[in-house]
Amino acid sequence: MTGLVFLIPIALGMGAFGLLAFFWAMRSGQYEDMDGAANRILTEDEEYGE
Amino acid sequence: MNAHAAMATFDPDTLQDHRFTVPGMRCAGCISKIERELPLQTGIAGARVNFSAKRVAVSHDATIDEAGIVRVLERLGFEAQPVAANPLAQDDAETRKLLLAVAVAGFGMMNIMLLSVSVWSGAGGVTRDLFHWLSALIAIPVIAYAGRPFFGSALMALRYRRTNMDVPISIGVLLATGLSIHETLTGGEHAYFDGAVMLLFFLLAGRALDAAMRDKARSGIAALLSHMGRGASVLAADGTAQFVKSEDLEPGMIMIVAAGETLAADGRVVEGITSIDNAMLTGESQPEPVSIGMTVHAGAANISDPVRVEITAVSGDTAIAEIARLMDEAGQSRSRYVRIADRAARLYAPAVHSLALLSFIGWMFAGAGWHQSLTIAIAVLIITCPCALGLAVPAAQVVAANTLLKQGLLIKDGSALERLAEADVALFDKTGTLTVGKMRPVDLGGLDQTGRAIALALAQSSRHPLSKGLAAALSRQGVVPLPISQIKETAGDGVVGDWQGVLVALRRPTAGGDGPASELSIGGKLFTILFTDALRPDAAETLAQLGALGIPSQIISGDRSLVVGAMAETLNLMATGELSPQAKLARLQSMKEAGHFPLMVGDGLNDGPALAAAHVSIAPSTASDVSQQAADAVFVGDSLRPVGSAIIVARATMRIVRQNFAFAIGYNLFAVPIAMAGLVTPLIAAIAMSLSSLIVVANSLRLFRAAG
Repeated sequence: MTGLVFLIPIALGMGAFGLLAFFWAMRSGQYEDMDGAANRILTEDEEYGE
Repeated sequence: MNAHAAMATFDPDTLQDHRFTVPGMRCAGCISKIERELPLQTGIAGARVNFSAKRVAVSHDATIDEAGIVRVLERLGFEAQPVAANPLAQDDAETRKLLLAVAVAGFGMMNIMLLSVSVWSGAGGVTRDLFHWLSALIAIPVIAYAGRPFFGSALMALRYRRTNMDVPISIGVLLATGLSIHETLTGGEHAYFDGAVMLLFFLLAGRALDAAMRDKARSGIAALLSHMGRGASVLAADGTAQFVKSEDLEPGMIMIVAAGETLAADGRVVEGITSIDNAMLTGESQPEPVSIGMTVHAGAANISDPVRVEITAVSGDTAIAEIARLMDEAGQSRSRYVRIADRAARLYAPAVHSLALLSFIGWMFAGAGWHQSLTIAIAVLIITCPCALGLAVPAAQVVAANTLLKQGLLIKDGSALERLAEADVALFDKTGTLTVGKMRPVDLGGLDQTGRAIALALAQSSRHPLSKGLAAALSRQGVVPLPISQIKETAGDGVVGDWQGVLVALRRPTAGGDGPASELSIGGKLFTILFTDALRPDAAETLAQLGALGIPSQIISGDRSLVVGAMAETLNLMATGELSPQAKLARLQSMKEAGHFPLMVGDGLNDGPALAAAHVSIAPSTASDVSQQAADAVFVGDSLRPVGSAIIVARATMRIVRQNFAFAIGYNLFAVPIAMAGLVTPLIAAIAMSLSSLIVVANSLRLFRAAG
């Protein structure tokens, strides 16, 4: 039973981390241009080192 | 982010940002082309493409203006238009809030489930109490945050003494939470935190889907709409021209209307000769020549030469304003349409409430004590809470809207899909709807390769609609223009140039024939190129398809009866020509009174009132802004096929929605007796809810294949 003392906070922490990551992604506009992101994979990037 | 650094250095203080819609972006190549080539232009510091919204954000300094950037984009091969500062931001914020609420509810649901599973599998004593406490700590803030959309809407409904789907949801969630808190405090056996949060999660998912669908269509349509801030160049007293917004125009001002511009106000021509295109206003397909002293109307496009126009009437009194007023009135009937989900809610909400109340009273009479009776009543509320019902409609409609989007049809909202499925007669405008609305050369067979290359070079340098049509047709054939020097365009006559010492010209024909034509001369050789406003490809097939679906079609047009009659004959349809906007509106209203559900397809300003009055309406993406806004759906591209697909998919959607409803009702018939018998534990509630939601979503996904 003492395992719970560690396991539950870890589980909650991981969930909370995921939630915070989603909030961050939302705020920073990661979902603004989904189709564009999918297409950009195909473009060749000539400018290295930027 | 700004991967494409400036060629020159820019002072960040002088940089401005402007956004342009570029509907023609289709592939990865377009993105890199725009982002790479634009900054090569002097004055442009950087460009960033938003592919989903078909927009480009350009940061530039004062050496280049919006019109200049549009020209640069045109040279790259993209039609572009500046957009006003984001008028749609607010709606995006709505979806964003819903998505965040879904995330929070999802987080809460999973963690509470984690704790609940161990309670279900037999944890007892201190462990169970501890887990209930932890669940409460997670659930209370989650419900407070994620429940707001429902609580707000339910409060609003109650304030107006009405009920909607959100009332039973809110009551169910709040009662379940309250009871669970009580259970936790008293160390009871069952806590329903998982049920309450799961309910919110599934319902929010439905809402978010619905909002995402509306956003997608809206941003698609916004990308098609032209610049909002219309106006005109007005001649000031000192002889300079100034841009004046349309609401600031006054009678007596002199507007300078360049070729290709749309008139912002009614007026009288005081200088210059030109032809104007009234197609948007009246449906008339032939450009009409105008000269000094003649009246021109706002909304008409000046196509050949610059003219000066003295304003006689402004925004409020123009011919357009009259159309806008008609549209306003016509649109009101549509707002009375009640969506199927709301119709279901009207029956559902009272039924759920009375069932819960009945079980409470019943168990009280049976002598169960208030605590047990209340627990059972709440179990009834939770298990009947419309998870499947809340997902039944949006899930199906989102899948359908996405399927249609791939075919080039943007549906504005779910109610449009419902109304499309009911349509039983179709009315088509002619110019720009059944036809492409652009002049295209009839036959270029008489021209050899050199002739075509010269024609393209000349046509490219002119803004005349015939030249544009010719250039478009030739470029599509893969013709490469020959270099021609000293190109000169004479207003009202044509384009002249020099090709290896030979005089070449693309002119208005010397001999007047019937229908629009151009004359290409190379040295002394003459070729006449005839133009016509061709039928959309697939027009006949689409009309036949509609007929097969039990939807007879008709043409209602503002164009001359002779032209309309000829087209009606080729398509074998009933047709009426020379209809005013009022007459079109009257036609639709009489049909509705006769019990029909007319589908209107039209593009011009003159179709606006009819589009607004129809049971459901579709406009092509080349339509006037007003028509696109009035229509329920907009189709992109030359083909008319999306109109047929729309009906097929809409009907399939309603079939799926009805199946989903039938399933949800069946589920309730099964679950409610169990709940009323007092046999529902949190475990059963959780299983029942997820299972019914999954089945509904899975059934809706079948629509991916609906359009075939």
